[in-house]
Amino acid sequence: MSDATLTLEGQGPAQEQAGPSTSTAVRVAKYTGVRLVMLFFTVVIGIYLVVLVANMGGYVDEIRRGAIREQVSIAVFADQSPEMRDMTAEEKRQLIEERVAIEEKRIGLDRPFIVRSFGFLQNAITLNLGFSTDMTSDSGSRQVRLILLERLPPTLLLWGAANITLFFVSLFLGLFLSRKYGSFLDRMIIALAPTSSAPAWFYGLFLILIFAAALRLLPFGGMVDAPPPTSNVLYAINLLEHLILPASAIVISSIFLQAYNFRTFFLIYSSEDYVEMAKAKGLSDRDIERRYVLRPVLPTIITQFALLLIYVWMGATILETVFNWPGLGRTLFQAIGLYDTATIVGAQVIFAYLLAATVFFLDIIYALVDPRVRIGGQGRTR
Amino acid sequence: MRNLREILQYPTAIIGLIIILGLIGVSIYAVVALPYSEAIRLWRGGEDVWSKNPKTAAPTWVNLFRRQDLPATIKVSSEDESVEKTREVVTEDMTDIDFFFTFDYLYHGFPREISIFFETQYDEKNPHVSMTWLTPDGREIRIGSMSLERSATYRVSQDSTLQRRLPGDLPPHQALFAADPEAENPEALQGPYTLQVSAKVFEPEADVDAELVMYGEVHGIAGTDHRRRDLSVALLWGTPIALAFGLLAAVGTSLTTMIIAGVGTWFGGWVDGLIQRITEVNLILPTLPILIMVGTFYSRSLWLMLGVLILLSIFGGGIKTYRAIFLQVKESPYIEAAQAYGASDARVIFRYLIPRIIPMLLPNLITLVPGFVFTEAALALLGLGDPILPTWGKVINDARFNGALYQGNYYWMLEPSVLLMITGLAFSLLGFSLDRIFNPRLRGM
Repeated sequence: MSDATLTLEGQGPAQEQAGPSTSTAVRVAKYTGVRLVMLFFTVVIGIYLVVLVANMGGYVDEIRRGAIREQVSIAVFADQSPEMRDMTAEEKRQLIEERVAIEEKRIGLDRPFIVRSFGFLQNAITLNLGFSTDMTSDSGSRQVRLILLERLPPTLLLWGAANITLFFVSLFLGLFLSRKYGSFLDRMIIALAPTSSAPAWFYGLFLILIFAAALRLLPFGGMVDAPPPTSNVLYAINLLEHLILPASAIVISSIFLQAYNFRTFFLIYSSEDYVEMAKAKGLSDRDIERRYVLRPVLPTIITQFALLLIYVWMGATILETVFNWPGLGRTLFQAIGLYDTATIVGAQVIFAYLLAATVFFLDIIYALVDPRVRIGGQGRTR
Repeated sequence: MRNLREILQYPTAIIGLIIILGLIGVSIYAVVALPYSEAIRLWRGGEDVWSKNPKTAAPTWVNLFRRQDLPATIKVSSEDESVEKTREVVTEDMTDIDFFFTFDYLYHGFPREISIFFETQYDEKNPHVSMTWLTPDGREIRIGSMSLERSATYRVSQDSTLQRRLPGDLPPHQALFAADPEAENPEALQGPYTLQVSAKVFEPEADVDAELVMYGEVHGIAGTDHRRRDLSVALLWGTPIALAFGLLAAVGTSLTTMIIAGVGTWFGGWVDGLIQRITEVNLILPTLPILIMVGTFYSRSLWLMLGVLILLSIFGGGIKTYRAIFLQVKESPYIEAAQAYGASDARVIFRYLIPRIIPMLLPNLITLVPGFVFTEAALALLGLGDPILPTWGKVINDARFNGALYQGNYYWMLEPSVLLMITGLAFSLLGFSLDRIFNPRLRGM
């Protein structure tokens, strides 16, 4: 695609004109440091926006106030104890006001929303995620952090497995296709590339229909059977069975486009003059491929993959919901359904951190493979 | 013109274009043949609109793939020409009304349900009706008798008294058709059946009309859902909605992105820097979860979602693409010339900078469409579809929640999914070819 050849902004060297004397290690460290600070600010702003949306710009507070008032009123009017019965309506009203004020102060509703929103932000950034109102973790805790930590491994397992498979399979497929340029397989992958316009969850529906509903080969969803197998080996096999369909959905939805893109990069780079030169020198195909094609293409490929990863992360909520995968995405969806603000913000915070970590991780790899960063190029890349 | 001729050299582009034109044709047909208000009335309608449709019936064309046809719905009404209605005055305050519903049953399978809908006219005294069932092999089965309200429905299938009276342990709608009700695997007997309805009315002006409905296993070209609604309504109307959503979002996003990129590149400095930073923040903002939050907390209206989606997509990857091109264009001599004669910033941006990259806008725009169409479906699948409009995503959502896959009602899930797939693929094919045409580096690769 057209934006494929561009690098993520800032992934080019962030320092202006480094002197020739600075060592590679210092330059890479400086580069990653600058990126880290920028990513942190990005995360802060992103999370603040999420806090605002999740609280409906303060409207959730109004709902809570209403709920508190209703509860207190019901409690006061339902109380049939003798001293209550003797109260006048005016006294009861006063009592309600008092109790509402106490309750609002207890959960901090007495301060304006804007002030509290920065408190929320600080708590979110420091992973002090508070308590859920409606959800509990499997161990019975109401701490959002525990709920989310429990859900994190399944998410990392699914997305890690799928994306690593995707990256290596498409890389080698792309390399293979660029060698067999113009062959039947090559043309077939080009023809299949547009199928990647459908997201992973969509292929998930088809996979469930074929392999779970029609053929009854694999489970419809979930992560392990209920009750889970007791022995470790059986547990692993069972987990794998449940992993196949969602992971395949992720791989199928992106593999053809990725392989096509990689192949195109390889072709573009192997038509460079220096490759011709290497051929003229009589180097072996293997050497040419490794040193003159794969090497310069790596930064571009990694950028490509970073964009894909970020895009795919966004779909976690729906894919996990479709497959009943007990990960972060599905928890987020459940929390939204329950208006559980603490869990929503918590899940988004974890997502933001995961995204930032993904970008940062790829940045480091990028810095290591891009000679412009390593040797110290000049200015920004465009 | 040159570009057009080039497009025609790519067979995939032609296929994509033909499908898109077809979809546009379907959309126009949908809007003309089934006006918006009518479509909403049908889709939001309950028993009053759809009572005579079978529940979760497969589309009729599944019979093409089967050895024995699945029964379709058979309806016989006393207002049909073929049904003879006789009126005989017995005494001064009693009149007999008789009619015979005769029909040929040609299927091996049983109908899913049987109901008889009565419409009566009377002032005070309720009419009384009794029904008898005649099978092709000459058996005569008394179904029952009852006194009628103005508008009454007799659900034969749910009459447990009748079921106990009939031989075998089959529900009534099967026992009435079975060749041998006590066989292990009963099959329907083909041939002419007759339902005899004899009504007694006790007022001279009173009248009774009835309609016999034998719900089949198949219905229409698209089948029906759990609420007996004809899926063709949603599938038909889903087309213009999906196209409008995808195209509006794509046009809105790419135009705004282009202008912002143009402004940023032209002014450079902190404006450009700010745009770059916003793009980075936006990259980390999870689009779908935010849409889900908006849908849950604020409103599920399709058009609000569209607005939010455009807002979240403006600062997407596109900005970088456009920026790179603008940076090149900015250095062109004609821009310098424009500045020399004193053109304002706005004039340079909108008259000289932006028009230069409009040809590159097209492939980008078209490639964006499937993503938006699928996002809409994703929201609907999570139960956040527009509360009023019938969309493909909502049909998929209904199918999932009502266990279409567990019960083998695959058509229910497949029809909207295939339509989504075709739409996504068409735009993707076209965008892909356009990209190769407008991106000379990719040409021939």
